[in-house]
Amino acid sequence: MSAPTPTAPAHVAGLVRDFGGRRVLDGLDLTVGPGEFVALLGRSGSGKSTLLRVLAGLDGTDEEGIAGTVEVPGSVAVAFQEPRLLPWRSVRDNVRLGLHRDDAPEAADRALAEVGLTERADAWPLTLSGGEAQRASLARALVREPDLLLLDEPFGALDALTRIAMHDLVLDLWGRHRPGILLVTHDVDEALALADRVLVLDDGRIAADHAPDARPRHDTADLRATVLGELGVIAGAAG
Amino acid sequence: MSTTLPGAPTRAPAPSSPADPPSAPRRRAIAWQRWISPVAIVVVWQLASSTGLLAEDELASPVRVVRAAVDVTASGELPEGLAVSLARVVVGFLLGAVLGLVLGVWSGLSRWGGLLVDPPVQMLRTLPHLALVPLFILWFGVQETPKVLLVALGVLFPIYLNVHAGVRGVDPKLLEMARVSGFDRREVLRHVVVPGALPSALTGLRLSLGIAWLSIVVAETVSSDSGLGYLINDAREFLRTDVIVVGLVVYALLGLGTDALVRRVERRALRWRPAISGTES
Repeated sequence: MSAPTPTAPAHVAGLVRDFGGRRVLDGLDLTVGPGEFVALLGRSGSGKSTLLRVLAGLDGTDEEGIAGTVEVPGSVAVAFQEPRLLPWRSVRDNVRLGLHRDDAPEAADRALAEVGLTERADAWPLTLSGGEAQRASLARALVREPDLLLLDEPFGALDALTRIAMHDLVLDLWGRHRPGILLVTHDVDEALALADRVLVLDDGRIAADHAPDARPRHDTADLRATVLGELGVIAGAAG
Repeated sequence: MSTTLPGAPTRAPAPSSPADPPSAPRRRAIAWQRWISPVAIVVVWQLASSTGLLAEDELASPVRVVRAAVDVTASGELPEGLAVSLARVVVGFLLGAVLGLVLGVWSGLSRWGGLLVDPPVQMLRTLPHLALVPLFILWFGVQETPKVLLVALGVLFPIYLNVHAGVRGVDPKLLEMARVSGFDRREVLRHVVVPGALPSALTGLRLSLGIAWLSIVVAETVSSDSGLGYLINDAREFLRTDVIVVGLVVYALLGLGTDALVRRVERRALRWRPAISGTES
C-alpha cells in the first residue's frame, strides 16, 4: 500500500485477488473521489466484500495471491455488516476506544448525538436493538473523521422500516461530513436511492458504471431494470 | 455460570415454568423449605447416636461434634491448623494460577507459544496430579514444598486450559474491528482479548479452586505434622471421630466459601451479559 495522501481519492488499479487458485478479483479498476458516494452491487460471491477488505487494509498487499495498486486516503473507517461492538464495553467506550485524541470522549459523545444515541451512551451493547447497534457502529466510524467510509452491507440485517431510517441517517451524515463512501450492497433500490454512482461487480471487475439522476430522485425504474439485468435478474419476471 | 451465549436472544421463561425466578417472599419461603431435609438428616443422625445405633468410635453424634468444634477452637488447634492449610493453598494457588495464566495467554496469542507450550501441557494434564505424591515426597521431603507444589500443579492445568481456550476463542471479527479502528497492541489486549477470554478463564478459576482444596486434603493426609489434615489424622490415632468430622466440615465450608467468592467475581465481571440473573450459577 502506498503512502496515504489526505483528501486524495481512493484508487484501485489492476487489482487481482486469488484464493487458492480461485480468482475473485481480476484486474479491477476503481476510483472513489473525495466526497463521492459510490455503491457497489454484485451477486453474492462476486468479490464485493473482498474488495472492501482490501480497501480497509484487512487483506494486506504483502499476502500471497494479491497484486495491483491500492491507494487509499489518510483516514479510512469501516461499518461492518454486523455492528461488531465489544459487548463488555459501554456504547460510548465502543465509539471512543482506539481513538487517540485528547478530546476523544467529547468527540464520541458528539458522534453518538449525531446518530441519536445519546441516551444509550452508557448502555451495554447487547441491550441495543439491531438499528441502535448499527447506529453505534456508524458513530464509531464517523468519529474517526474518515476521508473514505466503507460500508459493508450495514443495513442487510435490519427490518425494512429501520433500514429506511438508516438510509436517511447515512445521507444526512454524508451531507454534513462529506467523506467518500463506498457502500457494498446487494440491494439495488438501496444503491439507487443513496449513491452518486452505482457500480456493478461481475467476473472480478467493474462491469457497469451508472450515474443516476441528480437528487431528489423520482423515477429510477429504467435504471433499476438495467442494473437488475446486469446482475442476472430478469426484472419484472417475478411479477 | 450462565450458559447463555452473548448475542443469543434471551427470553424470559413462560410465567408458569419452574425456572421462573420466584418473587422475593416466595424465594425466602423456598430458602426455608430447602433446609427441611438437611435438618432432618442431622436429627436422625443424633437419634441414631443417642440410641446407640451408631457407635461413638465410628461416627460421633452431632452434639459431640459441635462440642469438639468448640474445644479445638478454644485450644487453638483448629485456628492454627486452618491458618497453616490456608497459607499452603493460597501460596500454591497463586503459583499455579499465575503460571497457568501466563502460559495460557502466551500459547493462545503467539504461534511459537502455542507450539512450544501446548503439546507438553496437554500430555501432562492426562496424568492425575495426585499420583505424583510419592515422587514429590522423594524429591521435596515432607515439609511445605511438596504440599504447595501439589496445589500449584493441580491449579495450573484447569487455569491454563481455560485461559488458552478463551484466548483462542476470542471473536476474530472483533479483532478485525479493533484493527480498523486503530487499537494499539495494549488496547487490543485490554479491551478485546482479556474480556473475551474472561468467561472461560473464570470457569477455570472455579474448577482450579476446587482442585486446590482437594490437593491440600490429599497432601496433608499423606504426610503432615501441621494443618487441617494433620488435625484429622491425629484425631484418627485417638479414635476421635468428633474431631475428624469437625475437620471435614471445615474443609466443606472452605470450599463453599471460595466458590461463593468466585461467583461474586463472576457476576461483577460478566455483568454486561443481559442473561445474568439471581437464579443462575
